[in-house]
Amino acid sequence: MSRFFNELLHRREAGIFLMIVLIAIVVGFIEPRFISVETLRITALAIPLILIAAMGQMMVLVARHVDLSIGSILAFSSIVAGMIFRDMPELPVIVGVLVAIALGAALGLFNGVLVVLFRLPSIIVTLGTLSLFRGFVFLVSGARQVDPQFIPRSLIQMSQTSPIFGIPWLVIIAFVVAFVTYLFLDHTRLGRQIYALGSNPVAAPLRGINVVRVTLLVFSLSGALAGLAGVMYASRFGYVNPGITGVGFEFTVIAAVVVGGVSINGGVGTVLGTVLGVLLLGMVSVALPILGVSAFWQDVFNGAVIVLALLIDRTVRERSIRAMAEARSTA
Amino acid sequence: MEELRTMKNITKLAILAVGASIFAAPAIAQDPVNIVYIPKNTGNPYFDSLVAGFEDACKEINCTFSQAAPATAEATSQIPFITAQIQRGVDVIAISPNSPDALNQVLDRARSRGILVLAVNGDLVDNESHRDAAVLPVDFTKTGPGQVELLGSMIGYEGEIAILSATTDAPDQNVWIAAMEDSLENNPKYANMSLVATVYGDDEPQKSTTEAEALLQTYPNLRGIISPTTVGVAAAAQVIQSAGKADTVKLTGLGTPNQMRPFIKDGTVEAFQLWSPYNEGWLAAHFAVGVKAGEISNEVGGSFDVPKLGSVTILENNVMNTQPELTTFDSSNIDDFDF
Repeated sequence: MSRFFNELLHRREAGIFLMIVLIAIVVGFIEPRFISVETLRITALAIPLILIAAMGQMMVLVARHVDLSIGSILAFSSIVAGMIFRDMPELPVIVGVLVAIALGAALGLFNGVLVVLFRLPSIIVTLGTLSLFRGFVFLVSGARQVDPQFIPRSLIQMSQTSPIFGIPWLVIIAFVVAFVTYLFLDHTRLGRQIYALGSNPVAAPLRGINVVRVTLLVFSLSGALAGLAGVMYASRFGYVNPGITGVGFEFTVIAAVVVGGVSINGGVGTVLGTVLGVLLLGMVSVALPILGVSAFWQDVFNGAVIVLALLIDRTVRERSIRAMAEARSTA
Repeated sequence: MEELRTMKNITKLAILAVGASIFAAPAIAQDPVNIVYIPKNTGNPYFDSLVAGFEDACKEINCTFSQAAPATAEATSQIPFITAQIQRGVDVIAISPNSPDALNQVLDRARSRGILVLAVNGDLVDNESHRDAAVLPVDFTKTGPGQVELLGSMIGYEGEIAILSATTDAPDQNVWIAAMEDSLENNPKYANMSLVATVYGDDEPQKSTTEAEALLQTYPNLRGIISPTTVGVAAAAQVIQSAGKADTVKLTGLGTPNQMRPFIKDGTVEAFQLWSPYNEGWLAAHFAVGVKAGEISNEVGGSFDVPKLGSVTILENNVMNTQPELTTFDSSNIDDFDF
């Protein structure tokens, strides 16, 4: 039975993978320049922030919640880290990084506490904190951006220099985060408990799962990772603006996670699928401008790819369920 | 019970009194002119400088100043802010419009209440009748050609160039781009420069970055990029810096000195242009107070004196400019500016 599930999960990821290959072939056919190391580099640099936050969002979705506030958490961590770099240049860069992660975790914990304490749906809570945290961004910064001259050179170079194979530090960090998330979810008791909670929140406490603890954990992790993405934002773009940083980020991340096969009904989703979902949307965002698709059509294609990916995912899943039912009836 | 009724009556009276004071306020001439400025969005350093121009003017002349802005620069995001200011009963609404036509109705409503409506920094292109006057930094018909000339001088007036803009419906951007296309087509000086692509980064850092990277990849012979938007030009500079292509691909555009300083210092960008947003706020405040006091008549061809700026003429379509030409920033002068 577990082998069958394993196969099923693999098949689902194979669907997304197939779509990535298919799109690459089609785009490469129209514009041969697309198939190049350069495209790989551009795509790799377009996804790290999304990938890091997607790991957190995935855990939240698996626990049958959602975190809409990550764009504002990203902005808050980013602007505070930027202000530390600006106002306390004597401190080592790592202080800004750690503060960004800690602040993200704190805001995430705040989300979790509201959800647990008042038994509010997370979609409502985080819709509220999406706006609340953005307000904090303006308040703490006085609505002033942190200009490029104040972002430490060493931080910016994390997006530009590479320790190995020309892969920038930023990309390596993102994939390390994904790998650690995989180890946590698949190889620790606490990780498995997130799936158990999301599959059946009613039965979870009966199975000895501390629902409050797991819920607080996933929101804190989502916040911490959004915070990490925040300081990476400063590295990637070289400045932090209170108004534009992370606006709409939550939609990009949730779309990628769901395309990656993570169920919004909880309990289902893998790190590999999420990584592929992020890659797929990242590739499309790079392919469209390279193909010279007009700005008017880019949104249309982006949306179409998301819908198509979900349809394929749905079809594959239904076929698996049917196969499972047939296997059971013949057995 | 009796107490409750008294309370209700007092409340009613209070409401009436507040109502009366709102209606009475604009009638008194000596009151300072109440100006509100609505930038495109909050947290935009460019508009901070413009706001400072308003604030400094209102320290010296008879006006009070406040600002209100939406979080995002979407076509309709300013409408609720305009509505709120109409209800507040301000005398002057100065606005940097996010759309050339989405605001028409609400601005008409403001004007029907006697509010002076000024477009600042960007005009309601083709909808000029929905505002009283416009304060623009320079003659915007010069922006496009100015940018083409600057880039041309960097690349020896030869080769493929591209434009990285903001959103597809940004009115000022489209006016400039049209003028750039016109110069490239009709001025023989630019005969060897060809515009290969115009792309849009939506004033969003990630999108602008990806678009700039795609330009470099799709057009290996690209010699130059013009990005007439602060977010776009910063993103393109970062891309060129990362790719180490500062020698082959020249970049210019419209940016703020603080945003572009590191790229000028390290040679990624030779020069870019802008104007003084501060002077726009300064001029708009002086004009608004002058009109409200009856000292300036808002008529085409008229002129008036503004401290520090000298004589300002009201041009066709009731447009005023703060300076005749764009300011070019390069390594020689960038440290003289802080905005």
